Amino acid sequence: MSDATPTHGVTDNPWHRLREFTDARIGLGRAGTSLPTRRSLEFQLAHARAQDAVHLPLDVEALRCALDGLETGQPIHRLHSRAADRETYLQRPDWGRRLDAASRERLADDAPRPPVDLAIAVVDGLSSLAVQQNAPPFLEGLMRRLAEDDQDWSLAPLTVVEQGRVAIGDEIGECLNARAVLVLIGERPGLSSPDSLGLYLTWGPRVGLNDAARNCISNVRPAGFVFEEASRRQMYLLREARARGLSGVQLKDRTQDDVIESSGGVRNFLTS
Amino acid sequence: MAKAYHHTLGNRRYHFASLAELMAKATPARSGDRLAGVIADSAEQRVVAQMALAELPLTTFLEDHLVPYGEDEITRLIIDSHDAAAFAPIRHLTVGDFRNWLLSDLATPETITRVRAGITPEMAAAVSKIMRNQDLILVARKCRVTTAFRNTIGLPGRLSTRLQPNHPTDDVTGIAASILDGLLYGNGDAVIGINPATDNVAQSIKLMTLMDEVIQTYRIPTQSCVLTHVTNTLEAIEQGAPVDLVFQSIGGTQATNESFGFDLATLGEARDAARSLKRGTVGDNVMYFETGQGSSLSANAHHGLDQQTCEARAYAVARHFEPLLVNTVVGFIGPEYLFDGKQIIRAGLEDHFCAKLLGVPMGCDICYTNHADADQNDMDNLLTLLGAAGCTFIMGIPGSDDIMLNYQTTSFHDALYARRVLDLSPSPEFEKWLDEMAIFEDVARHRPSGRLPEAFARPLSRLPEGGVR
Repeated sequence: MSDATPTHGVTDNPWHRLREFTDARIGLGRAGTSLPTRRSLEFQLAHARAQDAVHLPLDVEALRCALDGLETGQPIHRLHSRAADRETYLQRPDWGRRLDAASRERLADDAPRPPVDLAIAVVDGLSSLAVQQNAPPFLEGLMRRLAEDDQDWSLAPLTVVEQGRVAIGDEIGECLNARAVLVLIGERPGLSSPDSLGLYLTWGPRVGLNDAARNCISNVRPAGFVFEEASRRQMYLLREARARGLSGVQLKDRTQDDVIESSGGVRNFLTS
Repeated sequence: MAKAYHHTLGNRRYHFASLAELMAKATPARSGDRLAGVIADSAEQRVVAQMALAELPLTTFLEDHLVPYGEDEITRLIIDSHDAAAFAPIRHLTVGDFRNWLLSDLATPETITRVRAGITPEMAAAVSKIMRNQDLILVARKCRVTTAFRNTIGLPGRLSTRLQPNHPTDDVTGIAASILDGLLYGNGDAVIGINPATDNVAQSIKLMTLMDEVIQTYRIPTQSCVLTHVTNTLEAIEQGAPVDLVFQSIGGTQATNESFGFDLATLGEARDAARSLKRGTVGDNVMYFETGQGSSLSANAHHGLDQQTCEARAYAVARHFEPLLVNTVVGFIGPEYLFDGKQIIRAGLEDHFCAKLLGVPMGCDICYTNHADADQNDMDNLLTLLGAAGCTFIMGIPGSDDIMLNYQTTSFHDALYARRVLDLSPSPEFEKWLDEMAIFEDVARHRPSGRLPEAFARPLSRLPEGGVR
């Protein structure tokens, strides 16, 4: 037994204070060389939350109520992919990219005759939690920016989609006769980020496009990329896409710096 | 026109339209093969396919190419580099005989090494499909693959770790904190390797410089790598950056690699450029590759093959460039390819076996995502099995949580668990360093020091009180 091991069996790490500089799980201490009980259970809790986020169904009615409050002046359509349930959804990404027959009919009945500038689809994806909590406040900011823009933005009816993947926006945009589609989707939950919302913009949506045709903003959530900044960057991309008539790899987001500088102002303390 | 294969069982004759179909139907069940539409129709059909495969002569794979020779540079690499002399001792065997031979005492580490250049990825994949998990472990353990750069990787009784200090904004202080945590837990002898959050040349050079300074300052017998695209690393070398290892994700078909944006010539150019820097001290294996079942299907570049056969073909690419390290990122791709813990564990053992049989220094990113039906217990199982199989290296990350890539892999603690339970040591040069630096108070018994080692106390004291976020 090491003389530094206290009688309760846990050896703390003297460098524990480095946790001030990162969210990584450093300085956890050890029982022997294993994780101490408290740290082990903390991990299990985080994993349980992330798994729940994947399997918790989207509360569509609650979301519709929240989105109604945005007063877009447009009806909200409830749609479903071809993946009937979560188990199928997880194994058949191809089905999650297409609307089921009933959803297609619903959209066909209500497609705007003259083309509109933008269709917005709110999709559960891999985290209903992300969509439930973060889609309404993000959209509130974006709607304001769209209204304040110096050019008019005509909008298609808002859609809420269950068991959907990013590419389902292509079919929705096509059905709704929209020049562009913006998909708000729950991202794969991380251990410490079960609520990340992803934003995917596609110009000229049509079935069969791949991710090279899209621009993505990731990690939109209160503890990540905050709503105000996300809507600012999204508006930039929308304007650029409209001006150039394209999206994807050819449309670079120049609002990002090429090299991220250390935010803390502290250098590599190991060598300086 | 593809050649058909048949098997008669009782009074029923089973038909397989091609070698690709036979291989796919013989593969243990997994979601990615179902997604591709190549999975066996029933459990019985799977075993019949395995029986048919077992009767196939190994030479079949030299004649019936799963991906056409004219269409695919990896098929050409496999066929053109096949060593007939090395193959001679096993040339007469069927796939079933080959399994028996590998398990028998005829197959010693030495004889396996001698026939290696005569084994193609398709032969390795085929035999793996009729092997149980314990067979995959037993034979892999007999395969010897040793590589070197600043230390020696892959010796028997050793288990190395890649220290993976990823950070969501590439924050220098945050990365340094994770590196320190890993080193003090005895991790990092395979490589200190960062997946950059921002993937461009300038950012990569910044991270390479950071790691190089740490390695030089503390004279750590290890190497660094930024896991950016091969063309970025080539550009970094041209700009004079301190590049130890060149990274690239690779797949088993030319079309997969085209979707990744490179070809074999690019890899050759990168290897030569990195070697010209002469930064290795005990060896010149300068490549680090990552693979994983499902990548070819994901790129729609699988030619109707099952995902495990595509994966094994990637090892032909790997071995051609004499890498220091290769790892299969087994559970990262998600449940549409490997649905649950059982499928992930099977795939991890297959990948490790096939790679080792072909002479590739295989490690494993023992991992899962939160939408897969898997948990820490599944990872503990795979870690223990791979440790027994002689896996070259695993990942080491603070508390199993990659806060940049959002998935779970093995922790610094997990590596010490495996070392204690299976009595495995890190690479010899690194082990000596842990002892000299007093990071471990008893390195032979895998016991870290209770106190902060002298060399690291000073830098920590330089940090401002209260910290900065």
